[in-house]
Amino acid sequence: MADLFAPGDRVRATSVDPPHHTRAPRYVRGAVGTVVEREGVFPLADDRARGLPSAPEAVYAVRFAARELFGEGDHDVTVALWESYLRAVS
Amino acid sequence: MGGDHGGAAASLAARVRHVEALLEQRGLVDPLELDRALEAFLARANPDNGARLVARAWVDPGFRARLLLDGNAAIGEVGVSMGGGLQEQRLKVVENTATTHNVVVCTLCSCYPVALLGPSPTWYKSEAYRSRVVRDPRSVLAEFGFALPDAVAITVWDASAETRYLVVPRRPEGTEGLDERALADLVTRDGLIGVAAV
Repeated sequence: MADLFAPGDRVRATSVDPPHHTRAPRYVRGAVGTVVEREGVFPLADDRARGLPSAPEAVYAVRFAARELFGEGDHDVTVALWESYLRAVS
Repeated sequence: MGGDHGGAAASLAARVRHVEALLEQRGLVDPLELDRALEAFLARANPDNGARLVARAWVDPGFRARLLLDGNAAIGEVGVSMGGGLQEQRLKVVENTATTHNVVVCTLCSCYPVALLGPSPTWYKSEAYRSRVVRDPRSVLAEFGFALPDAVAITVWDASAETRYLVVPRRPEGTEGLDERALADLVTRDGLIGVAAV
């Protein structure tokens, strides 16, 4: 499957709080960040943890401003997120 | 739900123990063989590996560029790998500059470049470090005794997926006369995580 995102793209982290294991940290939910790079292609952790078949998908390093995540702070946080966790921001 | 070390990880550990027992029962592996492999891995995995990479990057601009571009490929030049006999993990090397400082955390559990740094320190796995360094890194660094100038921006790297991150600290001033080996001796584990200057 072709990658949905490229470096420089603005993306919003999913706001879904799933009832199972996930690797989308709670503090990024709903926040908007910028794709820094594509880290590679890996099976989705949520599926693997539940023993479900999982097609590998792109993982991106996404940079968020602290102000976007926490409402304050002058630093950035770069988080590795599977494509399924991200939505395009127009 | 988060990725704490109970639940899925505990059941995975139980499955691994079960497979190990079956392999031993059927004579496919020597019970000591796995222990020896693990001991050999841990003997090779210590912060000296990370320190050697940094020292080489400081003295060799070509290596530095290759290291930042493709960590897994470049570290072979120094004789280390992200596998160490086990599954190879993707490595991303990030470099501190006069204007940007990098610090690494795993907020969900304790992901860490074990092959390059050895087992992680207890504080790295603590809830306090994991929750606070993303929220207020400057204060956390200060508590480590590292006062970063306000003008230096901080980027925190959360190892939330399959990549492991390693920090290249800035080369200290006044070290122009030191050779690669002496430079490696200056580099600490904490510097490679980003909670110390070097």
